[in-house]
Amino acid sequence: MDGSILTNRIEGETAMSRRTFFQGTGLLLGFALTGARTEPVFAAPVSQVTENDVTGTFAPNGFIRINPTGAVTLVIPMIEMGQGVYTSLSMLLAEELEVKLDQIQVQHAPPNHALYVNSIIGIQNTGGSASVRAFWTPLRQAGAVGRNLLIAAAAKRWNVDPASCRAKDGVVFDASGSKHLSYGELARAAAELPVPPVKNVKLKDPKDFTLIGTRAKRVDSPIKVDGRALYGIDTRLPGMKVAAVAISPVLGGKAKTVNEKAALAVKGVRQVVNIDEAVAVVADHMGAAKKGLEAAAITWDDGPNGKVNNADIVKQLEEESKKPGVVARNEGDAGKALAEAAQRVDAIYQVPFLAHAAMEPMNCTVHLRKDRCDIWVGTQAPTITQSLVVELTGLPKDAIKIHNHLIGGGFGRRLEADGAVLAVKIAKHIDGPVKVIWSREEDIQHDMYRPYYLDRLSAGLDAAGKPVAWTHRIAGSSVMARYYPPYFKDGLDPDAVEAAAEPPYALPNIHVDFVRVEPPGVRTSWWRGVGPTHNVFVVESFMDELAHAAKQDPVAYRKGLLGHNPRALAVLSLAAEKAGWGSPLPARHGRGISVQFAYGSYTSQVAEVEVAADGSVKVKRIVCAIDCGMYVNPDTIEAQIQGGTLFGLTAALHGSITFKDGRVEQSNFDSYLPMRIDEVPVVETHLVRSSEAPGGVGETPTAVVSAAVANAIFAATGTRVRRLPVDSNSLKSSS
Amino acid sequence: MAFTLKVNGSSHEIDVDGDIPLLWVLRDVLGMTGTKFGCGQALCGACTVHIDGQPVRSCQTSVNSIGDSVVTTIEAIGHTPQGAALQKAWLDLEVVQCGYCQSGQIMSAAALLKDTPKPSDADIDSAMSGNVCRCGTYQRIRAAIKQAAGV
Ligand code: FES
Ligand code: FES
Repeated sequence: MDGSILTNRIEGETAMSRRTFFQGTGLLLGFALTGARTEPVFAAPVSQVTENDVTGTFAPNGFIRINPTGAVTLVIPMIEMGQGVYTSLSMLLAEELEVKLDQIQVQHAPPNHALYVNSIIGIQNTGGSASVRAFWTPLRQAGAVGRNLLIAAAAKRWNVDPASCRAKDGVVFDASGSKHLSYGELARAAAELPVPPVKNVKLKDPKDFTLIGTRAKRVDSPIKVDGRALYGIDTRLPGMKVAAVAISPVLGGKAKTVNEKAALAVKGVRQVVNIDEAVAVVADHMGAAKKGLEAAAITWDDGPNGKVNNADIVKQLEEESKKPGVVARNEGDAGKALAEAAQRVDAIYQVPFLAHAAMEPMNCTVHLRKDRCDIWVGTQAPTITQSLVVELTGLPKDAIKIHNHLIGGGFGRRLEADGAVLAVKIAKHIDGPVKVIWSREEDIQHDMYRPYYLDRLSAGLDAAGKPVAWTHRIAGSSVMARYYPPYFKDGLDPDAVEAAAEPPYALPNIHVDFVRVEPPGVRTSWWRGVGPTHNVFVVESFMDELAHAAKQDPVAYRKGLLGHNPRALAVLSLAAEKAGWGSPLPARHGRGISVQFAYGSYTSQVAEVEVAADGSVKVKRIVCAIDCGMYVNPDTIEAQIQGGTLFGLTAALHGSITFKDGRVEQSNFDSYLPMRIDEVPVVETHLVRSSEAPGGVGETPTAVVSAAVANAIFAATGTRVRRLPVDSNSLKSSS
Repeated sequence: MAFTLKVNGSSHEIDVDGDIPLLWVLRDVLGMTGTKFGCGQALCGACTVHIDGQPVRSCQTSVNSIGDSVVTTIEAIGHTPQGAALQKAWLDLEVVQCGYCQSGQIMSAAALLKDTPKPSDADIDSAMSGNVCRCGTYQRIRAAIKQAAGV
């Protein structure tokens, strides 16, 4: 396995060309994710698949190649960025194909829009916790078709009934078990057989799974513990130069003065490239490039955004959110119910801009030639990158070669192609390949941020404390409107309202609307979930306020509203039980709960916190219960729950990007604080066994955790957290 | 200026300004990309290497400060007993997610175990809190260090 990821750079070259890819012999299976065709799986001899087969009506989304040596190659569009996707998808295939996990090599696919669309998110992207959801059925079907063909080929050779044969670990056995043939020996013959229609191919009953649902070892780990793994930033090419870059600190600004002479005087510096919006110093190595960039002592012309300030952005949101927005949900008559309610609760919630700050800083290597442009980068969105580079260079699509790499943390940042665009603009001035690396400061200050949101909520309770009216207005940027315009319909951003328009509770009169407000001088984007990471904090904190107003226990109160929603109720109850909900705690300690339905999964967390007299918050323990339907690898899920929880917790406690005079005020890990090992709680995961369709995992804990912590802080101190990050000054003990 | 650098048992002649950080010499001049760049300011630990067995942040270690000392990087740490035990524990417990920080994590942990073969939680906190992991693998890092140390 290691080999294939390690050599991706080399194999990536060949995989780029369909012609090359289909050379050789053996069995090739293609599989498709969406239903616009007659058969979702095809099979053929590797050498005979024509261009028409893959671009015509069939248009597969991934391929499986079994060659005469028995090696199985899975070509998929998703990229590994830590979420374990190479492992999970290999497991789906191995289960039905009946091969060992380590027989499968994973290659990421070239950017071909038609071939590698991810059925849930619509373009060839890795994101939205969508990978396993999209591949769950098609990949198993392809494996089952392959297994059937290989068994049929063996049965034919032995002249026996295929039903009497069985396959295991890449070998077909006859009824007695005395005869056997490996998949490698059968691959060619299998490719000549008629392909059974998918409906005739039986998938395993989940109770017979031997691999899916087990803690199989990650396929990408060995190369990540000894320095062999290659990320985009590790690209090395003959004749390559390295560039350090300074981007205008204010969006839309330009370089005013650049001391090129001083930069060029630095040993190892070769060239200074000024493209107005940024200046790059190109050198033999990054050390010289950085030194040269400093010597260049660039001054900037701020341009139109030089006055952008956080306070103004918030003020604009406050004003705009007073006006009605586009309705995301309207049931019953919330206005009337609110007016007639026995008790009314109102609140304004705010969440800040957030940076991604993935450990691998932004970088991109480009070799631009007259007739082609090669790009080495780790990207979640290769097709978007490709089309932007087409625009920029005027080259045809086929001439743009994206060599995708492992990503040192994506979190949504690598769904954007601005890094590649900037690198290509710089590369236009350079002869030969150049690797453009952003400093950490550039990475944090020129991110595309999770938007700032301001939400207004009101609820009416009846005499028994039950919510009879619920209104929620969300004001802020729409990432969807810019990124996937077709999904931004009639002013409504379905992502921005996810988990707000459909809270899991029985709410008879509910009105949810969205006011789009784009902040000037700030670029917004995806961030390990956007809608739910903000909405669940707001909805679950406000629900806690209602429980308090109703003088009821937060868990009992929620249970009373979840009678119709057994899966939500089950995770809530499980998290509460495992956390010892209700057992006594010392003073200034508290527990808080949160529950959500998002990304197709039900998740609930209980946080236990201690708030010191100086207001500092120590999160002692997080208990998470998740029902993500049928799952592939519980170990990967636990890892994602641990990591995703800390990602959300870091944001809740420390995360905030602010603007002053058009500039981002934070710059490195001393001002945009990551959680460190001495600060993090233990995260316990309780996985619900379920036969429901698989849900997403990667982003769920990030969304659910902040409300659990905020509610725990309320339980510990009586102070409600209505704005993130948590302000410890507001939590000081008065005694 | 020309320097002779001893890295992982081999000597390398390099010709760069003396104030160039070791990190870029390793990655760009010697082509050893296992040592990672994360912050450039000694704030994240991704670039951790050993100099004469001591953990240092190579992004803030100028090449002219190394002299005759011996540099060990992630590429060779598996040849030390601590490194090998940690790599095994890392795999056993599936610590890795994106993996980008893990070179630095393992280098810091190897230095810890060399000095403190049976670390307490507090020892782990103080030796490892300079290493950031944005994927949030800390819980497993702690468990893996303990497993490698047999505590
Ligand atoms: S890169 Fe050296 S400590 Fe972060
Ligand atoms: S594993 Fe991704 S940053 Fe640590």
